[in-house]
Amino acid sequence: MQIEVFLNEEKVQADIRPDMMLLDFLRSMNLKSMKRGCDTGNCGLCTVWVDGKPVLSCGVPAARVQGAHITTLEGVQEEAAEFSRFLAAEGADQCGFCSPGLIMNVLALKKENPHPTEEEMKEYLAGNLCRCTGYQGQYRALAKYFEIEEAQ
Amino acid sequence: MEETRFVGKGIVKKDAEALLSGRPVYTDDLAPDSCLIIKLLRSPHAHAIIEDIKTDAAKKVPGIAAIFTYKDVPQTRFTEAGQTFPEPSPDDRLILDQRVRYVGDPVAIVAGKDEACVNRALRIIKVKYQVLEPILDFTKSLDNDIIIHPEDNYVAKEGRGTDPKRNLCASQSRGEGDVDQVLADCDYVVEEVYHTKAVNQAMMEPFGAFAEKDIYGRLKITSSTQIPFHVRRIAARALNIAKSNVRVVKPRIGGGFGAKQTAVCEVYPAFVTYMTGKPSKIIYTREECFIHGSPRHEMQMSVRIGADKNGKIRVIDLHTLSNTGAFGEHGPTTVDLSGTKSISLYRDLDAFRFSSDVVYTNVLSAGAYRGYGATQGIFAVESAVNELAHKMDMDPSVLREKNIVREGDRLSNYYGQTTESCALDRCIARVKEMIDWDKKYPYVKTGPHTIRAVGMALSMQSSGINDCDVGSVQIKLNDDGFYTLMIGCSDMGTGCDTILAQMAADGLGCDYDKIIVRGVDTDQSPYDSGSYASSTTYVTGMAVVKACEQMKTRICEEAAPLMGLRPEQVEFDGALISEKKNPEHFMELSNLVTRLQAGSGTIITAAASNTSSVSPPPFMAGAAEIEIDLETGKITPVDYAAVVDCGTVINSNLARVQTEGGLVQGIGMALYEDIQYTSKGKLKNRNFISYKIPTRLDMGRVRVDFESSYEKTGPFGAKSIGEVVINTPSPAIADAVYNGTGLRFRTLPITSEQVFMGLNKK
Amino acid sequence: MYTVKNYVIADSLEQAYDLKQKGRNNIIIGGNLWLKMGHRAIQNAIDLSRLGLDQIEEDAEGFRIGCMVTLRQLEVHEGLKTAFGNVFQEAVRHIVGVQFRNLASVGGSIFPRFGFSDVLTAFLACDSYVELYQGGTIPLREFAEMPLDNDILTHIYVKKDGRRVCYQSYRLTETDFPVLTCAVARKENGFETVLGARPKRAVCISDVELHTPEDAGEREIYAEQTAGKAEFGSNMRGSAAYRKELAKVLIVRALTELTEDETCR
Repeated sequence: MQIEVFLNEEKVQADIRPDMMLLDFLRSMNLKSMKRGCDTGNCGLCTVWVDGKPVLSCGVPAARVQGAHITTLEGVQEEAAEFSRFLAAEGADQCGFCSPGLIMNVLALKKENPHPTEEEMKEYLAGNLCRCTGYQGQYRALAKYFEIEEAQ
Repeated sequence: MEETRFVGKGIVKKDAEALLSGRPVYTDDLAPDSCLIIKLLRSPHAHAIIEDIKTDAAKKVPGIAAIFTYKDVPQTRFTEAGQTFPEPSPDDRLILDQRVRYVGDPVAIVAGKDEACVNRALRIIKVKYQVLEPILDFTKSLDNDIIIHPEDNYVAKEGRGTDPKRNLCASQSRGEGDVDQVLADCDYVVEEVYHTKAVNQAMMEPFGAFAEKDIYGRLKITSSTQIPFHVRRIAARALNIAKSNVRVVKPRIGGGFGAKQTAVCEVYPAFVTYMTGKPSKIIYTREECFIHGSPRHEMQMSVRIGADKNGKIRVIDLHTLSNTGAFGEHGPTTVDLSGTKSISLYRDLDAFRFSSDVVYTNVLSAGAYRGYGATQGIFAVESAVNELAHKMDMDPSVLREKNIVREGDRLSNYYGQTTESCALDRCIARVKEMIDWDKKYPYVKTGPHTIRAVGMALSMQSSGINDCDVGSVQIKLNDDGFYTLMIGCSDMGTGCDTILAQMAADGLGCDYDKIIVRGVDTDQSPYDSGSYASSTTYVTGMAVVKACEQMKTRICEEAAPLMGLRPEQVEFDGALISEKKNPEHFMELSNLVTRLQAGSGTIITAAASNTSSVSPPPFMAGAAEIEIDLETGKITPVDYAAVVDCGTVINSNLARVQTEGGLVQGIGMALYEDIQYTSKGKLKNRNFISYKIPTRLDMGRVRVDFESSYEKTGPFGAKSIGEVVINTPSPAIADAVYNGTGLRFRTLPITSEQVFMGLNKK
Repeated sequence: MYTVKNYVIADSLEQAYDLKQKGRNNIIIGGNLWLKMGHRAIQNAIDLSRLGLDQIEEDAEGFRIGCMVTLRQLEVHEGLKTAFGNVFQEAVRHIVGVQFRNLASVGGSIFPRFGFSDVLTAFLACDSYVELYQGGTIPLREFAEMPLDNDILTHIYVKKDGRRVCYQSYRLTETDFPVLTCAVARKENGFETVLGARPKRAVCISDVELHTPEDAGEREIYAEQTAGKAEFGSNMRGSAAYRKELAKVLIVRALTELTEDETCR
C-alpha cells in the first residue's frame, strides 16, 4: 500500500507492506540510526518521534503514520550533538547501540520538561535500556546537560 | 611511573562521534540489500532424532533460494568457541545434525529473498521426530543412561578429562596439602553448596552476521564478533574449506560481554553463501539471543573452608559441577576460573583442593560471559568466607584483612604465579570508608518496616591467558608524520581502539590525533587472539608499547644517514630527530617522511606481537548497601561502592564506565535475572519481559574508585579491568541480605518471594 | 510478528464494526504493542486512529475517555489528576517507558481484560463504564466478567463520585509487569478493593466492612478478610501464597494512605 509521510521534514511517498512496522520502514529508507534490540517493546533502541512524541518505532504500523511527521536522529543532528558531547566526555557512549534511542528520548524530555528533577529525568528514560554503562555514566552526562545537581 | 600525556586521562572514544550521531556502522546497517534472509527452523524437543524431514513444498514458496537440512552439511565436527589455538573445547557439533539436543537446536536453514517468504517456508517444512528422553537436571547427567554425544566422530581435546560416553565434557582435580587433615584440625569449618544459573549477557545488539563472495571469489563474513580470527578458523573448519578462502571483517559491535566469543550465528550465512554464491545474512531476534545464545555456565559449587580460632583461613576445598549444555563451548575452560580466581584471593593456605566436572545436558550450550567462571566461583567462595566470619562472630571485612593475598605472595591456586602488583588491602580499606562500613554493618533500621544492610566481597581475574593469548599490532608511518595503528583485537564498545591509541601516542611522543586506528579485517590486521579473557589492555597494549619502541628505532635508523650521522648519535622526541650532542642539528619527522617517500629510503613500518608468561590479576573490593522491605521481602539496591586495582588506569573515564557497567550486570545476576525452564526443557525467559535486566531505576547508585598498583609486565603498569568488575555484587548482596535478615541464600537470584517466605518462617 | 493482508484506516465506526464481524482474523489495532508480539495471520487490521477517539472529555459528571487515548495522556491529564489524584498516574507510570505509553491505548488495555492490567485495576476501583459500539453503555465491573466478543469498545466513562482511591502495585523490577496490583477506594459508605495480576483478571471485593479505618488493627482485619475472598494463582513472577500475603500488605498500605495521608485522594 502507498503512504505519504514527512521523514525529517522531507515529504516521502513509499509503497509498504500492510504489516510493516515503522522501524523497518525507516531502515528501508536508509535511516539506520534506530535499532531493533528486542521483540517486545522493552528496550527503547528504536525510539523516534511521531508528530513530536517519542514512540517505539518497532510497535507503530507504518500504515498508521500516513501524513505524519517522523523525526529520527538523522534529522536532529545539531540538537543531539549538544547532549552527545556530554555523553562522550564521560565515556558513556560505550558500544553506542542504545545511544540513538536514548538521545531521541532525552531530547523529547528536554522539549517536554526543560528542567526536570533527577527523579523525573530517571523515570522519563526508564524505557531506555543499556547493558554497557550501568547508567551511572549516562547520569553524569544527563546531570550536566540538564544542569541537575548530582545527589551525593 | 613515567610521564604520560594521554595515558591515565579520560580521553573521548575515537568512534564517539560516529556512534552518537547514529551513523550506520553496525553489522545489520552495513549488509547489502541484496542479501538473502536466513532463518532457522528449530527443534521443539529437548532431545530427539530427526526421522524424516520434508522440504519440497517449502522450497516451492516464491522467493525461497535454498533450504538445507542435516543431509546437506559437511560431516566434520567443530566447536563454535573462539579460543586461542589449540582450541580446548571439544569438536562436538555439525552445522545441522540429525540428533537435536535442546529446544531451539537448528533443524533446517532457510534462505529467501525476504522475511515473509522465509517465514512462510518455515511453517510448511514437515519434520518427524523420534523424541528421546532428555537430561535436564545437570546434577544427574554424569554416567546417566542417556548419552548426549554418542557419535563416533566426536573429537575430544587432549588433557581435558573428556569422556562423552559419561556425558563428561571435562574433568580435573588439583591441590596442595591434605585438605581433609587440615579441615579436621580447624576450629571453624563452613561446608555449603552454592548454585548460579545460566544468565544471559543481553548485549543490546543481537547476534548477527552476513556473508558475501569477495572480488577474488573468497567468502567474506562481516560479523558482530569479538573473535574475527577465530571466526575465520571456525567457518573454514565447519565448511571444510581452506582458511585462505575466508575473510572476516568486524564492524562496530553493539556489546558482547563474552556472548560474541562464540560464533553462534556465523556459520549459517557462511554456509548459505558458500552453497548459493549469493550474499546472505542472519540477524537474531532477541528471542533467538536467549534460546540460541551462549550464556553463563550454570554451576553448582561445593565449598569447604576452615579457619583456626584466630581467624586464620587454613584450607579451601572447592568442587565445581558445571553445566555446559548440549555442546562443549568454553566448557573445559570456564570451570577452571571458578577455582583459580576464588581460592587465590586468600594467602598462605595449609591446603587447598579444586576439582571439577563439566557435564552435558539438553539445554542450549553455555559459552563465555564476562567473569568466565570466576563470577560463579567467587560467589561461592566469597559467600563461604562471609559465612565463616559470621560463624566466628567476626566482621567479614576483618576476617578478610587477616587473610587476603598481598603483593609479593605466591597465589594459592594460580599455576605457581606470584602477584607483583596487588593493592587489595587498600581496596578494602577504601571501600569500607566509601560505604561507611563501620557505621552501617550489619544493618540500620530506616523505617517501621524497612532496614538497610551492607555486605562485602572481593574479586580477582586475570590479564589475558599467559603463554597463550597473543596480541600483535603494526604501525605505519604516513605522510606528515601521522601513524596508522593496525590492531587485531575487537573493540566491542569497550574502547580498546581508544586506549591503544592513547598508549601509542605516549609511546611515540605524538599527539593523540596523529594515531589512526584501523579495526579488524583478517586480510589486513595483524593476528590477535581476540577481545576476551581480559587480554586487550594488557596483552595487546604491551604489543603497542613494543611496536612504538621499534618505530622510534626505525625512525632514527632512517633519519641518521640523511643527517650524516649514525643511528646511535640521534634521538627522536616525537616530532624531531636530533643529534644527541648537538640538538640544533635536527630533522622534522614530516620532512623525513617526505624524503623517504620521494624514493631516497624505505617506508617505515613497525610490527610487534606480545604474549606474557604471567597473567597478573587485577583485584577489587565491592560493598553493597541494600534496603529490605520486611513486609514484602523486596530488596532494593541503594548504593554500591567498588574499589578496583587494575594497575595503571589507562583511560579514567572508560575504566570507570567499565566498572559501573560490570557492577550493574552483577546486580542483575544477584537479584533479577532468573533463568527458568519448563519441565520439557523449554527456556521460559525468551525476551526482556521475562528476563529482567536492570533498568536505570533498579540499580541504585554505583560509585567507583581506583587504588592502583603498578604492574611492571604491563603497558604503562596496567593490568586488565573488563571482567573483574562483575564478580562482587552477588556475594556482597547475598551477605547484605543475611546481615539484614539472618537469611542465607546460596542460589541466585535472590528473589523477594524467597526473602518474604524466609522471614515468615522464622 | 503477525501478517496483515489489508490495513484499513477506518472512516467510521460502522465500517470498523462491519469488518470486525467478518471473523476472528479481523482485528482492531490498538496500541499494537501486545498484538505485534503474536503471530496471527490477520485479514483486516482495523485502525481507529482517525475517528477522534483519542480525546479525554470532561463534563459535569465525569470523564469520557476515547479508546485510542494513550496511557501517557491518562498519566499527565490535569483534569483526571484534580478529580482522582495520582491514581491513574500511579497505575501507568511503571509500564515500560514513556515511548511505550505514548503508544499503548486505553481501549487496548481494557478490552482484552488482561490479568496483568494495571489500567483495568485502576478503572475498576472507580465508578467506570464502557461504551460499546453495539452493546451500549455497561458498568466496567460487569464488562470485566464478560467473555471477549466482536464488539468495539469506543470509550470509557469514569464518574466523579467523590471517592478517593489509592493505587498500589508490587513489581520485581520497576518497569516489569506487576506481581500484584491493588486499588482501594474509599466511598461515602465504605471501602472497595480491586486486586489484579492475581495473575488472573482483576476482581473487585466490596462486601467487607471496615468501620473504623483509623484503627490499625481493624485495617489488618479488613485486609485479611478481603485477601481471603480473592483467588490467587502462580506464575513466573510469584506463587499464589506470596500473592495472597502481598495483597494483605498492599491493602493495609492503601488504607493507611487513605486514612492518614491527606494528599491521597
